[in-house]
Amino acid sequence: MDLFLAYQSLLAFVGINGLLALSVYATLSCGQLSLANAGFMAIGAYTGALITLHAKGVPFVAVLAASALAPAIVAVPLGLPVLRLRGVFLAIATVGFGEVVRLAFVNWDYTNGAMGLVAIPQRTKLWTIALSLALTLFVLGRLRGSRTGYALEAIREDETAARTMGIYTTGHKMAMLVLGAAIAGLAGGLEAHFTFMVAPGTYRFERVVEWLVQAVVGGTAAFYGPVVGAAFLTVLPEVLREAGARLGLAPGPFRLFLNGAILLAVILYLPNGLVSLPARFRRRAAGLA
Amino acid sequence: MGQQVLNGIFLGSIYALFAVGYTLVFGVLDILNLAHQAVFMLAAFVALALVADAHLSLWVALPLAVVAGGLIGIVLERLAFRPLRGRADSNISGLISSLAMATVFEAIALQIFGPDISRFPQDTFPDRVIQIGGATASLLQICIVAISVVLMAVLTLLLARTRLGRQIRAVAESPRAARILGVNVDRAIAMAFFLSSALGGAAGVLFGLAFNSISPDVGRGVELKGLAVIILGGMGSIPGAVIAGFALGVIEVFTVAQLGSSFRDVVSFAVLFLVLIARPRGLLGRAAAREA
Repeated sequence: MDLFLAYQSLLAFVGINGLLALSVYATLSCGQLSLANAGFMAIGAYTGALITLHAKGVPFVAVLAASALAPAIVAVPLGLPVLRLRGVFLAIATVGFGEVVRLAFVNWDYTNGAMGLVAIPQRTKLWTIALSLALTLFVLGRLRGSRTGYALEAIREDETAARTMGIYTTGHKMAMLVLGAAIAGLAGGLEAHFTFMVAPGTYRFERVVEWLVQAVVGGTAAFYGPVVGAAFLTVLPEVLREAGARLGLAPGPFRLFLNGAILLAVILYLPNGLVSLPARFRRRAAGLA
Repeated sequence: MGQQVLNGIFLGSIYALFAVGYTLVFGVLDILNLAHQAVFMLAAFVALALVADAHLSLWVALPLAVVAGGLIGIVLERLAFRPLRGRADSNISGLISSLAMATVFEAIALQIFGPDISRFPQDTFPDRVIQIGGATASLLQICIVAISVVLMAVLTLLLARTRLGRQIRAVAESPRAARILGVNVDRAIAMAFFLSSALGGAAGVLFGLAFNSISPDVGRGVELKGLAVIILGGMGSIPGAVIAGFALGVIEVFTVAQLGSSFRDVVSFAVLFLVLIARPRGLLGRAAAREA
């Protein structure tokens, strides 16, 4: 039973991280590196938690909808000025936004400052997370191959050329920023009702970088790549812990070391991410035949 | 008032020193090196080990730690950046490979020095206080500002006047053109990493001395400050990073004094955010940099 419980929370975090990696992928799919998602997640988590704590009897579906909607609304005024920036500049401006959101929660007495909100009822079940993930994957999967999907790819490849061809680049970029914000907010709402608490310290800059890493390690060429990456990198430390215990390795530093080394190996030797592995094996097998 | 300006300059000198190295690598490669903060941390530990365990004088340990920082930078470049060169997505993959190296460095520091806060021995630096006008400063603070300013001046001269500096600037302008003109591009980039990491390492040692606390995650807080500084100064601009470093130090000290310490970072990031929206190229950056 203990074993099942342990794996249950691991699975839950695979799902939640999968959603967050997808939220970074959403903007990445039109070539924009936005790192505001920790801020969006915080807004979603706090919105959901406050509704649950202060308005009894609101169905969980409505709470989650609010968690997704609140950051999506905030994304619009953020995107208007910020989406004019490109590359690293967009990334850093959005990091700035994320930090300001986090620090705002630190300084806001109503949400109990740096301590955060506690004793949130656990309303998130494993199937809620699975369903949210499936829904998100469905939406992102349907985008590919659609007219919008082609427009996004065109913007990713060359924004100026896409604009010349009559694609409304600003609108598409904004749509993906809002979609990413909604996904991150949904994940925030789910996590808040799974871990019983929300605190500003949870939504640090390091976390967004983690999701970006998960998305890229999984592979951003396929819409399900980020989920694969999230699953791999969420499970990896657990596997290393098991293996470390078996082999009698000291916990802590060595695992951290392996984590970094594996990440480096993937990014150096698998440029298209883990999802490109099957095709690579097939090619190698064909080459040998 | 004068006291706070002085404290701000003191804090700012470390930010500036950190950011100068950060922006140097960005200027050359257009890649954010997220392992810069780990080099900062490792060099601080190297200095600590030399002073506390090998009983060297600080004035011997400091240069050695700076060189160690530079050498770590060369290793970093070799492992995490050179294999990616020529790849289309190198600015995102470089971000991730440098993050992987930061994790590895942090693991090494954890293994050797443990997770707790380490401190320099009591008698590392003479404890003396000096009056400047109405304000007081410790001898240590003055030395830190002086060392930072000297190192930044040396870097500026090196880039402006020497053959190596010209090569690095040529590679920053266009690696292909530099190669055609006979510059050894790989070597120039490796040297840029050496310089960048040596200065980052120096900043780490000075930070460790100033606050007398070093832990494997000490670099993380400085990393975001460094980002704010290089944006404010203009990406790739070294004088910009210097001015912005001092400006951020002063802003931070005044914020803490006026609004309280929980607002310390709010103002920094709000400034960062506004600069990006109103003037994305920063104080001294080139307009074209925005298209990067």
